Amino acid sequence: MTDLHPPHLKAFEASVLTGDATAEDLETLKKQSSVYVYEAPVRVWHWVNALVITVLVVTGYLIGKPLPSMQIAEATHQFVMGYIRFAHFAAGMILTVGFFGRIYWAFVGNTHARQMFTLPVTNRRWWYELIYELRWYMFMVKEPKKYVGHNPMAHAAMFFFMTLGISFMMITGWALYAEGAGQGSLPDTAMGWLLGWIGNSQILHMLHRFGMWSIVIFVLIHVYAALREDIMSRQSTVSTMLSGHRTFKDDRPD
Amino acid sequence: MTQIETFYEVMRKQGITRRSFMKYCALTASALGLGPAFVPKIAHAMETKPRTPVIWVSGLECTCCSESFIRGAHPLAKDVVLSMISLDYNHTLMASAGHAAEAALEETIQKYKGNYILAVEGNPPLNEDGMFCIVGGKPFVEQLKHAAKDAKAIISWGACASYGCVQAAHPNPTRATPVHKVITDKPIIKVPGCPPIAEVMTGVITYMLTFDRLPELDRQGRPAMFYGQRIHDKCYRRPHFDAGQFVEHWDDDNARKGYCLYKMGCKGPTTYNACSTVRWNEGTSFPIQSGHGCIGCSEDGFWDQGSFYDRVTNLNVFGIEANADKLGMGAAGAVGGAIAVHAAVSALKRAQKKQEKVEG
Repeated sequence: MTDLHPPHLKAFEASVLTGDATAEDLETLKKQSSVYVYEAPVRVWHWVNALVITVLVVTGYLIGKPLPSMQIAEATHQFVMGYIRFAHFAAGMILTVGFFGRIYWAFVGNTHARQMFTLPVTNRRWWYELIYELRWYMFMVKEPKKYVGHNPMAHAAMFFFMTLGISFMMITGWALYAEGAGQGSLPDTAMGWLLGWIGNSQILHMLHRFGMWSIVIFVLIHVYAALREDIMSRQSTVSTMLSGHRTFKDDRPD
Repeated sequence: MTQIETFYEVMRKQGITRRSFMKYCALTASALGLGPAFVPKIAHAMETKPRTPVIWVSGLECTCCSESFIRGAHPLAKDVVLSMISLDYNHTLMASAGHAAEAALEETIQKYKGNYILAVEGNPPLNEDGMFCIVGGKPFVEQLKHAAKDAKAIISWGACASYGCVQAAHPNPTRATPVHKVITDKPIIKVPGCPPIAEVMTGVITYMLTFDRLPELDRQGRPAMFYGQRIHDKCYRRPHFDAGQFVEHWDDDNARKGYCLYKMGCKGPTTYNACSTVRWNEGTSFPIQSGHGCIGCSEDGFWDQGSFYDRVTNLNVFGIEANADKLGMGAAGAVGGAIAVHAAVSALKRAQKKQEKVEG
């Protein structure tokens, strides 16, 4: 029997053995250079959202502007628009459940889980940092600052497009769903008041459609910024939403 | 008048037999969505209750509500309801004219103080002290307020009285104002439509006269029994919608086959009315059945929702015609373009930085 316990190795000998580690690398390895930011429920919520929002946008667009007419079978046996609408409603319900789950997690999760629900608008320093980040995006400063959670610009975008944007889409979406569910139904009891208040269902539809386009614009910016930050900023972005760990590329302050 | 007649007495005077009267009660019960148990209740109420007078005033309107009303599908229902209404004052139907007509209105108000129903067709314009609509030498808004003061309840006939309709469409030069924004201290029932369906009108008025109360209203103050569902929910072309079979052009084969008119801008999915169930002209047809989409005439501000042939509302932003899709797609395209440029500049900057490092 060979002893599987390794002999006492020198520090980082394992990495040295692979043959590629430089002395500089080993210096970095000595430090803990990552923070656990996104806990599992937050990550699951993010990817579920990514999926259902994609479904919602595609099906939502097709509900407003349907596919060309198809002649697959008699209308009785053909359900193209029906399936599209079903996918939209099902995804909307998952989105709603997920959002409430996310609110719950803001209370029981770590401090990073609360960030997107509030915006520190009364803090002058936050505004300064927001403009600093904006200048980084306008190529006016050489280097961005380090952030554990969202940077101020991402924070603002999250708050307006996700926290408020998704709320708006859920509220208008459920009010529209209540129309089909009928008066006295649960969705109608919960959200039917909105149509009564707005007055015309067509305006409600239009508002929901504007919301869709704002989400599309957010997704474009979000994906671009996440990739760009991953490459050009001083911390990880894309992998953070997979592992939950934010790793940092340097140990300089700010 | 010493003794106000009951509905039943009025009907018998009109030569309606007891048998026809009972038929009418059954018809009314089913029209109102009530069970058979309500038939004797309606009969009893009509035999014992003194009839409720109705005053019918007209503001800015086109008389399509009156025209619809007198074309009630069931002749008996029409006759009966018309005989119930005090026709002392209704511009279209009254016999008298001029001072005699105004005196008749005044007499009815005095005689049935607090006991009559005020039916309003059209609406009052408020600009220039209401001078855009003069009735009997005075602004209509004054007549409306005067008649409403002692009314038991108010019926807002049609889109005009309920929401304002075409005269209140943007920019609304006369400031035509729906009744509920002028009279705020009376129960008001809205019966929108341009015009409302005759059976809906007679149904509402019969309910109010029979049960002495407003029918159940929805959140917008419309009778829930007629405005509880969308045209789309009960449309006979709905299976084609669910199948994804649409009319693509007015003259295509799909139009001939009677496919869904959604893509032609049909407002059925956003319009609450009874057209697809009650239909028009004695149940003969309704717009969608005759091959044209619904224009949403019973919805608030239907003139201001863009084209009758577009699903997505047009917006007049800075004088440019656009809708949610054009605007959204334009914005998304602009953002996409900006991202591409930004990414290119970012890559260049990064390359420059590396170069500096190497050289430095």
